[in-house]
Amino acid sequence: MSDKTMNLTLKIWRQKDAKSKGKMETYPVTGISEHMSFLEMLDVLNEQLVVEGKEPVEFDHDCREGICGMCSLHINGEAHGPDRRVTTCQLHMRMFKDGETIYIEPFRAKGFPVVKDLVVDRSAFDRIQHAGGFVSVNTSGNTIDANAIPVPKDDADEAFNAATCIGCGACVASCKNASAMLFVSAKVSQFSLLPQGKVEAKDRVMKMVKQMDLEGFGNCTNTGACEVECPKGISLDNIARMNREYLKASLK
Amino acid sequence: MKTSIARKVLMALSGFFLIVFLLQHFIINFTSVFGHGETFNSLSHFMGTSPMVQFVAQPILIFGVIFHLAMGMYLEAQNNKARNVKYVMNKPGENASWMSRNMIITGVMILLFLGLHFYDFWIPEIKTKFIDGDMSGALNGVEGTRYFHELQHKFVDVWRVIIYCLSFVFLSLHLLHGFQSAFQSVGFRNHKYLPTIKKLGNLYAVLIPAGFIFIALFHYLTQL
Ligand code: HEM
Ligand code: SF4
Ligand code: FES
Repeated sequence: MSDKTMNLTLKIWRQKDAKSKGKMETYPVTGISEHMSFLEMLDVLNEQLVVEGKEPVEFDHDCREGICGMCSLHINGEAHGPDRRVTTCQLHMRMFKDGETIYIEPFRAKGFPVVKDLVVDRSAFDRIQHAGGFVSVNTSGNTIDANAIPVPKDDADEAFNAATCIGCGACVASCKNASAMLFVSAKVSQFSLLPQGKVEAKDRVMKMVKQMDLEGFGNCTNTGACEVECPKGISLDNIARMNREYLKASLK
Repeated sequence: MKTSIARKVLMALSGFFLIVFLLQHFIINFTSVFGHGETFNSLSHFMGTSPMVQFVAQPILIFGVIFHLAMGMYLEAQNNKARNVKYVMNKPGENASWMSRNMIITGVMILLFLGLHFYDFWIPEIKTKFIDGDMSGALNGVEGTRYFHELQHKFVDVWRVIIYCLSFVFLSLHLLHGFQSAFQSVGFRNHKYLPTIKKLGNLYAVLIPAGFIFIALFHYLTQL
């Protein structure tokens, strides 16, 4: 494998803490391999900063294999950068050109306040989940056979697709309205399509939407930016389904 | 009215209502290009004097327009607040169409046009009918024939024709996103219907404004 390396100029948002005012700072990095992931490139920068006795750049990450949804970052004007269907940890440096200037900013939304540098607080998503993103099943003692209730294959597939949402927040970050509809609709859909989820369907959608609004996310105007930037390809069909669920629940 | 989805649905319903109204408006106006506007005159006279149209349909329409634009502006303000710090580098064109991102701009252009349109037609109508008290629609003593004449009269001025045509372009851009968006808002969308809704939306959004442009140009050119 050839091992092209590149030199880059990074413009990174630095912010001491939630209360401080932040600003963009410029950092050169050299000798970046095209096979590195974007986060590995940031590791190189941080090692360099530590050697220089400077404060490393704080950023979120965990699994580094595209499943936890922890890594974030708005890279060169797009959530998770220019590639499609990938998280930042799966974004490779080969997507960039030698000599390029790369802008790295935190996800921006009133519902996602900056904690430090590139780290934002996405616990608003947890609170939306807690409001109704669950099924109440009695798990004490008698375990219920998962296959006791038959589920049509199509429904199972759609529910599964919705359930692949990793809660990364790229949908909010990309939406011009900072709307969380794609995330919430995925969480509503994954249950509402299944018989086990139908029991609490009405309560669930009402409560989750209410919490979503309380967190300060904007209103969906169907631009579709979320679907394009979502690393898991969650479909806008889910938003339509949530709108239906909401209408059904409020008319009943 | 209390939640984001409820507001979104109301926005869509007012949008649907305006779409239906616009179709009706277009059909009536289109009759003005035939003959000497006889059909146009009789339809206009009916619309202008029928109590059902004047005192039921018209107030509903005015309410619909005001609701739509007030809600549109309210949502826009809320949505701006939801991103309180803007990105230094942002590429919104990479993931969403210009039309979908600028509904407020195309909407406000339509609103400005409505100002001119009301000044051109609605205010003179109200004056003739309710201030001068002349419900006859008469021109030179022939009842119900002044409408075509008044329409033609407006499309002599080339600047007015240009402003009208430009406004219809904004209307088209508004509808290119709005039509299919309204279906999504009320939950009527899935991968099976979507292609049909999109095609229908594009057809409506191009044909209706193009038709209005045709009518404006027709009256301008036939009076040169
Ligand atoms: C009077 C000036 C107008 C203004 C200021 C305006 C403003 C807006 C705005 C800001 C939106 C986006 C809101 C959202 O998607 O949540 C919108 C959506 C829409 N507008 Fe307008 N508009 C105007 C006139 C019209 C007219 C004349 C029509 C149709 C003939 C129309 C049809 C629609 C439709 C169908 C939508 C989509 C609704 C949805 O997404 O659910 N609008 N308008
Ligand atoms: S819907 Fe997509 S973009 Fe939004 S949180 Fe889930 S995985 Fe991330
Ligand atoms: S670090 Fe887990 S998805 Fe990127």
